[in-house]
Amino acid sequence: MKAPAVDYVRPRSLTQAVGLLAHASVEARVMAGGQSLMAMMNLRLATPGLLIDIARLPELMSVTDDADAVTFGACVTHAAIEDDRVPDPSRGLMPRVAATLAYRAIRNRGTIGGSLALADPAAEWPAVLAALDAELTLLGPSGRRSLKCAEFATGIFETRLAADEIIETVRVAKLSATARWGYLKLCRKSGEFATALAIVVADPGRGCSRVVIGAANGAPMALVDTAELVAAGRRDPEALRSAVAADLDRAAERHFDDFQRNVHAAAAMRAVQQVLA
Amino acid sequence: MTTIRFRINGNVVADEVPPRLSLADFLRERRNLTGTHLGCEHGVCGACTVLVDGEPARSCLMLAVACDDRTVETIEGFADDAVMAALRRNFHQHHALQCGFCTPAMLITACDLIRRGRAGSERNIREGLAGNICRCTGYTNIVTAIAEAGKEIASEVRHGQ
Repeated sequence: MKAPAVDYVRPRSLTQAVGLLAHASVEARVMAGGQSLMAMMNLRLATPGLLIDIARLPELMSVTDDADAVTFGACVTHAAIEDDRVPDPSRGLMPRVAATLAYRAIRNRGTIGGSLALADPAAEWPAVLAALDAELTLLGPSGRRSLKCAEFATGIFETRLAADEIIETVRVAKLSATARWGYLKLCRKSGEFATALAIVVADPGRGCSRVVIGAANGAPMALVDTAELVAAGRRDPEALRSAVAADLDRAAERHFDDFQRNVHAAAAMRAVQQVLA
Repeated sequence: MTTIRFRINGNVVADEVPPRLSLADFLRERRNLTGTHLGCEHGVCGACTVLVDGEPARSCLMLAVACDDRTVETIEGFADDAVMAALRRNFHQHHALQCGFCTPAMLITACDLIRRGRAGSERNIREGLAGNICRCTGYTNIVTAIAEAGKEIASEVRHGQ
Protein backbone atom coordinates (compact mmCIF):
# COMPACT_ATOMS: atom_id res chain seq x y z
CA MET A 1 0.00 0.00 0.00
CA LYS A 2 0.92 3.65 -0.07
CA ALA A 3 1.52 5.97 2.87
CA PRO A 4 -1.47 8.10 3.92
CA ALA A 5 -1.46 11.86 3.40
CA VAL A 6 0.92 13.57 5.78
CA ASP A 7 2.69 16.89 6.24
CA TYR A 8 6.46 16.97 6.17
CA VAL A 9 9.05 19.31 7.59
CA ARG A 10 12.83 19.18 7.60
CA PRO A 11 14.04 21.36 10.49
CA ARG A 12 17.41 23.10 10.29
CA SER A 13 18.47 22.31 13.85
CA LEU A 14 17.71 19.90 16.64
CA THR A 15 16.32 22.74 18.76
CA GLN A 16 13.91 23.60 15.95
CA ALA A 17 12.93 19.93 15.67
CA VAL A 18 12.13 19.78 19.39
CA GLY A 19 10.09 23.00 19.07
CA LEU A 20 8.10 21.59 16.15
CA LEU A 21 7.45 18.38 18.07
CA ALA A 22 6.28 20.24 21.17
CA HIS A 23 3.95 22.61 19.31
CA ALA A 24 2.48 20.32 16.66
CA SER A 25 -1.32 20.49 16.54
CA VAL A 26 -1.53 17.04 14.94
CA GLU A 27 0.16 13.75 15.83
CA ALA A 28 3.78 14.39 14.92
CA ARG A 29 6.34 11.64 14.41
CA VAL A 30 10.06 12.14 14.31
CA MET A 31 11.59 10.37 11.30
CA ALA A 32 15.26 9.42 11.42
CA GLY A 33 16.15 6.81 8.76
CA GLY A 34 12.46 6.02 8.37
CA GLN A 35 13.15 2.36 7.62
CA SER A 36 10.49 1.13 10.05
CA LEU A 37 8.27 4.20 10.12
CA MET A 38 7.87 4.30 6.33
CA ALA A 39 7.00 0.58 6.28
CA MET A 40 4.47 1.15 9.07
CA MET A 41 2.99 4.10 7.16
CA ASN A 42 2.77 2.09 3.93
CA LEU A 43 0.95 -0.63 5.88
CA ARG A 44 -1.23 2.09 7.51
CA LEU A 45 -0.11 0.92 10.94
CA ALA A 46 1.15 4.46 11.56
CA THR A 47 -0.85 7.48 10.40
CA PRO A 48 0.95 10.56 11.71
CA GLY A 49 -0.25 14.01 10.66
CA LEU A 50 3.25 15.47 10.53
CA LEU A 51 6.68 13.98 9.87
CA ILE A 52 9.68 15.79 11.31
CA ASP A 53 12.67 14.59 9.28
CA ILE A 54 15.83 14.75 11.40
CA ALA A 55 17.98 12.39 9.28
CA ARG A 56 20.27 15.10 7.93
CA LEU A 57 20.80 17.22 11.05
CA PRO A 58 24.60 17.54 11.34
CA GLU A 59 24.51 17.52 15.16
CA LEU A 60 22.84 14.10 15.08
CA MET A 61 25.28 12.63 12.57
CA SER A 62 28.43 13.53 14.49
CA VAL A 63 30.50 11.19 16.63
CA THR A 64 32.88 12.22 19.39
CA ASP A 65 35.69 10.02 20.55
CA ASP A 66 37.15 10.89 23.94
CA ALA A 67 39.44 9.06 26.35
CA ASP A 68 36.88 6.74 27.89
CA ALA A 69 33.85 6.72 25.60
CA VAL A 70 32.46 7.20 22.12
CA THR A 71 29.34 9.34 21.78
CA PHE A 72 27.22 8.64 18.71
CA GLY A 73 24.73 11.12 17.32
CA ALA A 74 21.32 9.47 17.11
CA CYS A 75 21.32 9.54 13.29
CA VAL A 76 24.54 7.60 12.77
CA THR A 77 23.59 4.81 10.37
CA HIS A 78 24.02 1.08 10.91
CA ALA A 79 26.20 0.98 7.76
CA ALA A 80 28.58 3.61 9.17
CA ILE A 81 29.04 1.40 12.24
CA GLU A 82 29.34 -1.77 10.12
CA ASP A 83 32.06 -0.19 7.95
CA ASP A 84 34.06 1.22 10.89
CA ARG A 85 33.54 4.71 9.44
CA VAL A 86 32.97 5.81 13.07
CA PRO A 87 35.12 4.93 16.11
CA ASP A 88 34.25 1.65 17.82
CA PRO A 89 34.20 1.61 21.63
CA SER A 90 33.19 -2.05 21.75
CA ARG A 91 36.20 -3.90 20.37
CA GLY A 92 34.31 -5.21 17.37
CA LEU A 93 30.92 -5.98 18.89
CA MET A 94 29.03 -3.02 17.41
CA PRO A 95 30.34 -3.48 13.82
CA ARG A 96 29.55 -7.20 14.06
CA VAL A 97 26.00 -6.47 15.22
CA ALA A 98 25.46 -3.82 12.54
CA ALA A 99 26.46 -6.32 9.84
CA THR A 100 23.70 -8.71 10.94
CA LEU A 101 21.01 -6.07 11.08
CA ALA A 102 18.47 -6.22 8.23
CA TYR A 103 19.91 -5.67 4.74
CA ARG A 104 22.52 -3.30 3.41
CA ALA A 105 19.91 -1.10 1.71
CA ILE A 106 18.19 -0.72 5.09
CA ARG A 107 21.48 -0.26 6.98
CA ASN A 108 22.47 2.62 4.70
CA ARG A 109 19.48 4.65 5.94
CA GLY A 110 18.47 3.18 9.30
CA THR A 111 19.91 4.80 12.41
CA ILE A 112 20.99 3.77 15.88
CA GLY A 113 18.71 6.35 17.53
CA GLY A 114 15.74 5.41 15.39
CA SER A 115 16.12 1.77 16.35
CA LEU A 116 16.23 2.66 20.06
CA ALA A 117 13.26 5.03 19.85
CA LEU A 118 11.08 2.45 18.08
CA ALA A 119 12.03 -0.26 20.60
CA ASP A 120 11.05 -3.21 18.47
CA PRO A 121 11.47 -6.12 20.91
CA ALA A 122 13.41 -8.13 18.31
CA ALA A 123 15.73 -5.27 17.30
CA GLU A 124 19.45 -5.56 17.92
CA TRP A 125 20.51 -2.16 19.29
CA PRO A 126 18.23 -1.98 22.35
CA ALA A 127 19.65 -5.27 23.66
CA VAL A 128 23.25 -4.72 22.55
CA LEU A 129 23.45 -1.18 23.94
CA ALA A 130 21.91 -2.35 27.21
CA ALA A 131 24.66 -4.99 27.41
CA LEU A 132 27.25 -2.27 26.73
CA ASP A 133 25.65 -0.14 29.48
CA ALA A 134 25.21 2.76 27.04
CA GLU A 135 23.73 6.04 28.17
CA LEU A 136 21.27 8.12 26.17
CA THR A 137 20.82 11.87 26.08
CA LEU A 138 17.25 12.95 25.43
CA LEU A 139 16.42 16.51 24.43
CA GLY A 140 13.01 18.04 25.15
CA PRO A 141 11.55 21.54 25.47
CA SER A 142 12.69 21.80 29.08
CA GLY A 143 16.23 20.64 28.37
CA ARG A 144 18.40 17.55 28.37
CA ARG A 145 18.31 14.46 30.51
CA SER A 146 20.34 11.27 30.57
CA LEU A 147 19.08 7.76 30.90
CA LYS A 148 20.74 4.35 30.93
CA CYS A 149 19.89 2.42 27.80
CA ALA A 150 19.02 -0.59 29.97
CA GLU A 151 16.22 1.47 31.56
CA PHE A 152 15.02 3.11 28.36
CA ALA A 153 12.83 0.43 26.79
CA THR A 154 9.94 -0.55 29.04
CA GLY A 155 8.07 -2.99 26.83
CA ILE A 156 7.11 -3.89 23.29
CA PHE A 157 7.51 -0.64 21.30
CA GLU A 158 7.40 1.22 24.63
CA THR A 159 10.10 3.48 26.04
CA ARG A 160 10.64 6.26 28.56
CA LEU A 161 10.95 8.79 25.73
CA ALA A 162 8.38 11.54 26.35
CA ALA A 163 6.13 12.59 23.47
CA ASP A 164 8.07 15.86 23.12
CA GLU A 165 11.59 14.43 23.39
CA ILE A 166 14.14 13.37 20.77
CA ILE A 167 17.11 11.05 21.37
CA GLU A 168 20.21 13.18 20.84
CA THR A 169 23.17 10.90 21.57
CA VAL A 170 24.16 7.40 22.60
CA ARG A 171 27.29 7.27 24.77
CA VAL A 172 29.14 3.96 24.91
CA ALA A 173 32.01 3.59 27.38
CA LYS A 174 35.09 1.97 25.84
CA LEU A 175 35.64 -1.65 26.74
CA SER A 176 39.03 -2.39 28.28
CA ALA A 177 41.71 -4.47 26.57
CA THR A 178 40.71 -7.49 28.66
CA ALA A 179 37.08 -7.36 27.60
CA ARG A 180 35.43 -10.19 25.68
CA TRP A 181 32.04 -10.36 24.06
CA GLY A 182 29.69 -12.92 22.60
CA TYR A 183 26.84 -12.25 20.19
CA LEU A 184 24.33 -14.68 18.85
CA LYS A 185 21.37 -13.89 16.63
CA LEU A 186 19.13 -16.74 15.60
CA CYS A 187 16.92 -16.14 12.58
CA ARG A 188 15.85 -18.30 9.67
CA LYS A 189 17.20 -16.00 6.98
CA SER A 190 20.10 -13.49 7.06
CA GLY A 191 18.80 -10.04 7.91
CA GLU A 192 15.48 -11.06 9.37
CA PHE A 193 14.38 -9.94 12.79
CA ALA A 194 15.75 -12.25 15.46
CA THR A 195 13.94 -15.26 16.85
CA ALA A 196 16.48 -15.14 19.66
CA LEU A 197 19.22 -12.66 20.39
CA ALA A 198 21.86 -12.96 23.09
CA ILE A 199 24.71 -10.62 23.98
CA VAL A 200 27.41 -11.21 26.57
CA VAL A 201 29.91 -8.52 27.53
CA ALA A 202 32.54 -9.49 30.10
CA ASP A 203 35.02 -6.79 30.99
CA PRO A 204 37.21 -7.69 33.97
CA GLY A 205 39.25 -4.52 33.38
CA ARG A 206 36.20 -2.42 34.19
CA GLY A 207 34.76 -4.92 36.64
CA CYS A 208 31.52 -5.49 34.80
CA SER A 209 29.81 -8.35 33.10
CA ARG A 210 26.40 -8.40 31.43
CA VAL A 211 24.26 -10.95 29.66
CA VAL A 212 21.20 -9.61 27.83
CA ILE A 213 18.67 -11.34 25.61
CA GLY A 214 16.40 -9.69 23.05
CA ALA A 215 13.32 -10.82 21.11
CA ALA A 216 12.08 -11.76 24.57
CA ASN A 217 8.37 -10.76 24.54
CA GLY A 218 9.19 -7.37 25.98
CA ALA A 219 12.10 -5.03 26.62
CA PRO A 220 15.62 -6.53 26.51
CA MET A 221 16.09 -8.81 29.50
CA ALA A 222 19.21 -9.04 31.66
CA LEU A 223 20.24 -12.55 32.75
CA VAL A 224 21.75 -11.64 36.12
CA ASP A 225 22.62 -15.07 37.53
CA THR A 226 24.30 -16.00 34.26
CA ALA A 227 26.25 -12.73 34.25
CA GLU A 228 27.55 -13.47 37.75
CA LEU A 229 28.93 -16.84 36.68
CA VAL A 230 30.50 -15.27 33.59
CA ALA A 231 32.11 -12.59 35.78
CA ALA A 232 33.49 -15.30 38.04
CA GLY A 233 34.91 -17.10 34.99
CA ARG A 234 32.87 -20.24 35.68
CA ARG A 235 33.09 -22.58 32.68
CA ASP A 236 31.06 -25.49 33.99
CA PRO A 237 28.29 -25.92 31.37
CA GLU A 238 25.87 -27.47 33.88
CA ALA A 239 26.16 -24.52 36.24
CA LEU A 240 25.78 -22.08 33.35
CA ARG A 241 22.75 -23.93 32.01
CA SER A 242 21.01 -23.82 35.38
CA ALA A 243 21.82 -20.14 35.80
CA VAL A 244 20.25 -19.39 32.40
CA ALA A 245 17.23 -21.53 33.33
CA ALA A 246 16.86 -19.71 36.64
CA ASP A 247 17.06 -16.34 34.90
CA LEU A 248 14.40 -17.37 32.37
CA ASP A 249 12.19 -18.83 35.13
CA ARG A 250 12.13 -15.52 36.95
CA ALA A 251 10.52 -13.83 33.94
CA ALA A 252 7.08 -15.47 34.28
CA GLU A 253 5.41 -12.26 33.06
CA ARG A 254 6.99 -12.79 29.63
CA HIS A 255 5.04 -16.02 29.10
CA PHE A 256 7.74 -17.86 27.13
CA ASP A 257 6.41 -20.99 25.49
CA ASP A 258 8.58 -24.14 25.36
CA PHE A 259 10.07 -23.23 21.99
CA GLN A 260 10.99 -19.72 23.12
CA ARG A 261 12.50 -20.97 26.38
CA ASN A 262 14.67 -23.43 24.49
CA VAL A 263 15.72 -21.02 21.81
CA HIS A 264 16.59 -18.23 24.29
CA ALA A 265 18.50 -20.66 26.49
CA ALA A 266 20.43 -22.02 23.50
CA ALA A 267 21.25 -18.52 22.23
CA ALA A 268 22.41 -17.40 25.68
CA MET A 269 24.57 -20.51 26.17
CA ARG A 270 26.21 -20.12 22.77
CA ALA A 271 26.94 -16.43 23.35
CA VAL A 272 28.40 -17.25 26.77
CA GLN A 273 30.58 -19.96 25.23
CA GLN A 274 32.00 -17.41 22.76
CA VAL A 275 33.22 -15.41 25.77
CA LEU A 276 34.60 -18.38 27.66
CA ALA A 277 36.21 -20.06 24.64
CA MET B 1 2.80 20.19 -2.14
CA THR B 2 6.52 20.62 -1.62
CA THR B 3 9.05 21.62 -4.25
CA ILE B 4 12.00 19.29 -4.56
CA ARG B 5 15.10 19.38 -6.70
CA PHE B 6 17.48 16.48 -7.05
CA ARG B 7 19.60 14.60 -9.53
CA ILE B 8 18.33 11.42 -11.20
CA ASN B 9 20.74 9.50 -13.44
CA GLY B 10 22.80 12.64 -13.91
CA ASN B 11 19.91 14.98 -14.74
CA VAL B 12 18.68 17.67 -12.37
CA VAL B 13 14.97 17.25 -11.81
CA ALA B 14 12.60 19.67 -10.07
CA ASP B 15 8.98 18.93 -9.24
CA GLU B 16 6.15 19.60 -6.85
CA VAL B 17 5.18 16.55 -4.84
CA PRO B 18 2.80 15.66 -2.04
CA PRO B 19 4.87 14.56 0.99
CA ARG B 20 3.29 11.09 1.06
CA LEU B 21 4.69 10.24 -2.40
CA SER B 22 7.42 7.59 -2.18
CA LEU B 23 10.61 7.88 -4.18
CA ALA B 24 9.56 4.69 -6.00
CA ASP B 25 6.24 6.15 -7.13
CA PHE B 26 7.92 9.42 -8.05
CA LEU B 27 10.39 7.57 -10.28
CA ARG B 28 7.77 5.36 -11.90
CA GLU B 29 4.84 7.73 -12.25
CA ARG B 30 6.40 11.17 -12.58
CA ARG B 31 9.59 10.25 -14.44
CA ASN B 32 8.43 7.11 -16.26
CA LEU B 33 11.48 5.24 -14.92
CA THR B 34 9.63 1.96 -14.65
CA GLY B 35 12.72 -0.20 -14.27
CA THR B 36 12.35 0.37 -10.52
CA HIS B 37 9.82 -2.25 -9.49
CA LEU B 38 7.45 -2.34 -6.53
CA GLY B 39 6.82 -5.69 -4.91
CA CYS B 40 5.95 -5.56 -1.23
CA GLU B 41 6.09 -1.80 -0.51
CA HIS B 42 7.36 -2.39 3.01
CA GLY B 43 11.06 -2.97 2.58
CA VAL B 44 11.20 -6.76 2.48
CA CYS B 45 11.36 -7.82 -1.18
CA GLY B 46 14.08 -5.42 -2.35
CA ALA B 47 12.65 -5.01 -5.88
CA CYS B 48 12.62 -1.20 -5.56
CA THR B 49 16.31 -0.84 -4.62
CA VAL B 50 18.02 2.19 -6.19
CA LEU B 51 21.18 4.10 -5.30
CA VAL B 52 20.71 7.20 -3.16
CA ASP B 53 23.89 9.24 -2.84
CA GLY B 54 25.73 6.22 -4.23
CA GLU B 55 24.37 3.71 -1.71
CA PRO B 56 21.59 1.14 -2.15
CA ALA B 57 18.29 2.19 -0.60
CA ARG B 58 14.69 1.01 -0.73
CA SER B 59 12.81 3.55 -2.81
CA CYS B 60 9.53 2.37 -1.24
CA LEU B 61 10.87 3.39 2.19
CA MET B 62 11.96 6.88 1.16
CA LEU B 63 9.73 9.82 0.55
CA ALA B 64 10.45 11.79 -2.60
CA VAL B 65 10.52 14.97 -0.46
CA ALA B 66 13.33 13.47 1.62
CA CYS B 67 15.44 13.16 -1.54
CA ASP B 68 15.67 16.93 -2.02
CA ASP B 69 19.30 17.78 -2.90
CA ARG B 70 20.30 14.13 -3.15
CA THR B 71 21.55 12.04 -6.07
CA VAL B 72 19.54 9.03 -7.22
CA GLU B 73 20.58 6.37 -9.71
CA THR B 74 18.10 3.89 -11.13
CA ILE B 75 18.65 0.90 -13.39
CA GLU B 76 18.08 3.23 -16.38
CA GLY B 77 21.32 5.00 -15.41
CA PHE B 78 24.75 3.30 -15.17
CA ALA B 79 25.44 4.06 -18.87
CA ASP B 80 29.23 4.23 -18.52
CA ASP B 81 29.57 1.97 -15.50
CA ALA B 82 32.08 -0.84 -16.05
CA VAL B 83 30.77 -2.91 -13.12
CA MET B 84 27.20 -2.71 -14.36
CA ALA B 85 28.32 -3.59 -17.91
CA ALA B 86 30.06 -6.72 -16.59
CA LEU B 87 26.99 -7.63 -14.57
CA ARG B 88 24.61 -7.19 -17.51
CA ARG B 89 26.84 -9.34 -19.70
CA ASN B 90 27.10 -12.10 -17.08
CA PHE B 91 23.39 -12.05 -16.19
CA HIS B 92 22.76 -12.61 -19.89
CA GLN B 93 25.39 -15.30 -20.27
CA HIS B 94 24.47 -17.26 -17.14
CA HIS B 95 20.72 -16.92 -17.60
CA ALA B 96 20.42 -15.10 -14.29
CA LEU B 97 16.84 -14.02 -14.80
CA GLN B 98 13.59 -15.80 -15.37
CA CYS B 99 10.59 -13.47 -15.12
CA GLY B 100 12.90 -10.47 -14.64
CA PHE B 101 10.88 -8.69 -11.96
CA CYS B 102 13.68 -8.76 -9.37
CA THR B 103 16.46 -8.19 -11.93
CA PRO B 104 16.92 -4.38 -11.87
CA ALA B 105 17.33 -4.39 -8.09
CA MET B 106 19.47 -7.55 -8.18
CA LEU B 107 21.81 -5.71 -10.56
CA ILE B 108 21.97 -2.60 -8.37
CA THR B 109 22.58 -4.65 -5.23
CA ALA B 110 25.21 -6.74 -7.03
CA CYS B 111 26.92 -3.60 -8.31
CA ASP B 112 27.23 -2.35 -4.72
CA LEU B 113 28.54 -5.74 -3.54
CA ILE B 114 31.29 -5.73 -6.18
CA ARG B 115 32.21 -2.10 -5.52
CA ARG B 116 32.51 -2.79 -1.78
CA GLY B 117 34.54 -5.95 -2.36
CA ARG B 118 31.80 -8.21 -1.00
CA ALA B 119 31.42 -10.47 -4.03
CA GLY B 120 34.51 -12.61 -3.48
CA SER B 121 32.79 -15.75 -2.22
CA GLU B 122 29.47 -17.48 -2.68
CA ARG B 123 28.72 -16.98 1.00
CA ASN B 124 29.31 -13.22 0.79
CA ILE B 125 27.20 -12.93 -2.33
CA ARG B 126 24.35 -14.94 -0.85
CA GLU B 127 24.41 -12.88 2.35
CA GLY B 128 24.50 -9.69 0.30
CA LEU B 129 21.46 -10.83 -1.66
CA ALA B 130 19.41 -11.76 1.41
CA GLY B 131 17.40 -8.57 1.03
CA ASN B 132 16.46 -9.19 -2.62
CA ILE B 133 13.86 -11.85 -3.18
CA CYS B 134 13.59 -13.75 -6.46
CA ARG B 135 10.20 -15.44 -6.50
CA CYS B 136 11.30 -17.63 -9.44
CA THR B 137 13.96 -18.82 -6.94
CA GLY B 138 16.63 -18.44 -9.60
CA TYR B 139 19.35 -17.67 -7.10
CA THR B 140 21.92 -20.21 -8.32
CA ASN B 141 22.41 -18.48 -11.66
CA ILE B 142 22.21 -15.01 -10.12
CA VAL B 143 25.00 -15.90 -7.67
CA THR B 144 27.12 -17.37 -10.49
CA ALA B 145 26.65 -14.28 -12.67
CA ILE B 146 27.66 -11.95 -9.84
CA ALA B 147 30.69 -14.08 -8.94
CA GLU B 148 31.84 -14.08 -12.58
CA ALA B 149 31.28 -10.34 -13.00
CA GLY B 150 33.22 -9.78 -9.78
CA LYS B 151 36.13 -11.86 -11.12
CA GLU B 152 36.14 -9.93 -14.41
CA ILE B 153 36.22 -6.59 -12.61
CA ALA B 154 38.95 -7.77 -10.24
CA SER B 155 41.13 -8.93 -13.14
CA GLU B 156 40.57 -5.64 -15.00
CA VAL B 157 41.68 -3.81 -11.86
CA ARG B 158 44.78 -6.06 -11.60
CA HIS B 159 45.67 -5.34 -15.21
CA GLY B 160 45.27 -1.64 -14.64
CA GLN B 161 42.50 -1.19 -17.16
